[in-house]
Amino acid sequence: MSEIIKLDKLTRKFGSMTAVKDVSFGVEKGSIFGFLGPNGSGKSTVIRMLCGLLEPTSGDAWLDGASVRENSERIKRNIGYMSQSFSLYRDLTVEENLAFYGRIYGLRRERLRKRIEESMELSGITSKRKQLSGTLSGGWKQRLALACSMLHEPGIIFLDEPTAGIDPVARRDLWELLFQLSKEGVTLFVTTHYMDEAERCTHIGYIFLSELMVCGKPAELKMMPEVTPAGTVWLEASSDRITQALSLMKKAPGVMDATIFGESIHIRAREGFGEREAALALEAGGVSLESFRAVKPSLEDVFVSLTRERLKARGAA
Amino acid sequence: MNFLTTFSAIVFKEALHLRRDPVTLVVTIAIPIFQLIVFGYAIDMEVKNIPTAVFDADRRAGSRELIAALANTEYFDFRENVSSEAELREAIVSGRARVGIHIPPDFTAGALNGSGSSFQALVDGSDSTVAMQAVNVVNSVGLMQSVGRLGRVDIEKLPVDARPRVLFNPDLKSANFFVPGLVGLIMQIVTVFLTAFAVVREKENGTIETLLATPLSRGGLMLGKLVPYAFVGFFEICVVLTLMRFVFGVRVNGDVGLLLLMCFVFLFTALGLGLLISTAAKNQAQAMQMALLVMLPSVLLSGFVFPRESMPAIIYYFSFLIPLTYFIEILRGIILRGADLSSLWSQALALAVYGAAILSLSTLRFSKKLS
Ligand SMILES: Nc1ncnc2c1ncn2[C@@H]1O[C@H](COP(=O)(O)OP(=O)(O)OP(=O)(O)O)[C@@H](O)[C@H]1O
Ligand SMILES: [Mg+2]
Repeated sequence: MSEIIKLDKLTRKFGSMTAVKDVSFGVEKGSIFGFLGPNGSGKSTVIRMLCGLLEPTSGDAWLDGASVRENSERIKRNIGYMSQSFSLYRDLTVEENLAFYGRIYGLRRERLRKRIEESMELSGITSKRKQLSGTLSGGWKQRLALACSMLHEPGIIFLDEPTAGIDPVARRDLWELLFQLSKEGVTLFVTTHYMDEAERCTHIGYIFLSELMVCGKPAELKMMPEVTPAGTVWLEASSDRITQALSLMKKAPGVMDATIFGESIHIRAREGFGEREAALALEAGGVSLESFRAVKPSLEDVFVSLTRERLKARGAA
Repeated sequence: MNFLTTFSAIVFKEALHLRRDPVTLVVTIAIPIFQLIVFGYAIDMEVKNIPTAVFDADRRAGSRELIAALANTEYFDFRENVSSEAELREAIVSGRARVGIHIPPDFTAGALNGSGSSFQALVDGSDSTVAMQAVNVVNSVGLMQSVGRLGRVDIEKLPVDARPRVLFNPDLKSANFFVPGLVGLIMQIVTVFLTAFAVVREKENGTIETLLATPLSRGGLMLGKLVPYAFVGFFEICVVLTLMRFVFGVRVNGDVGLLLLMCFVFLFTALGLGLLISTAAKNQAQAMQMALLVMLPSVLLSGFVFPRESMPAIIYYFSFLIPLTYFIEILRGIILRGADLSSLWSQALALAVYGAAILSLSTLRFSKKLS
């Protein structure tokens, strides 16, 4: 597979603060690349550099072979960008905003009209076409911004937290749309804080404290030795009194970490910690074990473990 | 090609903004009308009916004739008769009178026996325009009286007859001199403010973020932001010129077509100045301050208030940097003197070059990166 986006030691400083440090990775054409990381880790800054809005301090990136340092104007023709905060014209209607951006990209007459209808249809905003965009609710604003970013049929779309603040049904619709676009060969670069969305991505990059920590397919990340070091296992237990069970489990000998994961408890423990040990630990507090099984780590487990490792390494250094 | 695409898209968008916000549009059009009328009337340089007190110690035919002659000019309004020099002085100090006429007891007698007579005018110098006017009128009335007495010569046949004639503004109406300049100044104020917020507003509202991610052309953006306001400004200037003609009675002696063409050139320059401010400012408050900073020298140094010829050399050369300087010269030239392009071409050229330079500068200054 060809890498349509390629970053090489991309770095950006604001004054003395380094917002993005030596980030290198590649994104395959047609993939849905999920870019994750805590608040302030540098996700939006990376996207802005890729879209040609910010000059990299050092390093470079290529989109479809064009360097963001030298050819950002050429790149801009073939990308769509949906910014994290709403940045369309509040005193223009949904349709007028689309018409303006369509014209900027050089769409005219029939083709402009057709593309406006299509993108309104796809993002489900046709019913609001005459409404001033400033008066739309948060979720509808997101949909308009999405419609705007794909209006000119770009090959790459950058979506900075497209699902922040939108309802579950709309969220599902949006992901359906992303899958469809990806099937048509469009590359999607998406940031999100939702783990279920991360699981849906074909590829994941995780950035922490301005540095890229891992990059790969979700399944690959879960197999990483750093996440499951030799001698440790990932387990899942459930109980009727889950909160008491959690605190008991955390204290059990052999358990390294335990967190609530939906209806059950995710446990990282030393090899040899089995159903018998788990039941014993809970019985001590008068709680019964309902089910117990070995599992693969979730993406959340992956990020939490990696982050913890990194912090430990820092503390040691 | 990209330039035209961006240009037409931006014009489309700015026109929508204008249409969405009719209140601002009406206010921007109403303000200059209001300013022209208020300032046009308020700053009337002609001085008439100066409050005057008189101490007439003579009270005979000669003094009565003098007072009548002064009153006839309509410059003096005799409000008070006092009976001592001290009271005369007091009337001026207290502000009740601006001019005090003191006629000594031998005024009529001196005229009759040929020994000559004199009178004194005390003038309050705190307002130089009023004082100057008063001194001139008193002098000329004195001269007329003297001439009249000199053996009763015929005033119509003076040995030397100097007759100054004021050209272009024969009745010396101050509105003629003042209003065309005011038109220029008001147009500058309005137009600079029209575009001063155009770009900075996008920065402040965050809309620049999506805009900059598109392949837009900078020149197309700048010109696209300028053109809709140029139409607003042109409509504006037509209204203001109409008011000048029919409210203040100032006729356009020259070619109206040339006048409008020059107005258009000036509009582009002033709107370009607004854009330059807009690209330099970080937020709207800053843009406002910069626009005001441009305004002050325009008012004081453009020749609108003070004649440029009497400025110190440095200031005089500095005034060439102000576009309003050229525009006021063009306005006065066409409106008052009926001048044509053959005598105004240097100012017109300067204005056009200035406008082109400012627009290019603001285009270059506009960065397609977020700071
Ligand atoms: N224009 C700027 N000037 C100064 N600092 C900035 C600027 N933009 C971003 N930063 C800083 O860079 C760091 C990374 O910011 P960025 O917006 O990229 O984070 P993020 O990963 O997108 O966070 P979030 O999940 O909250 O959106 C932050 O510490 C932020 O304060
Ligand atoms: Mg962000």
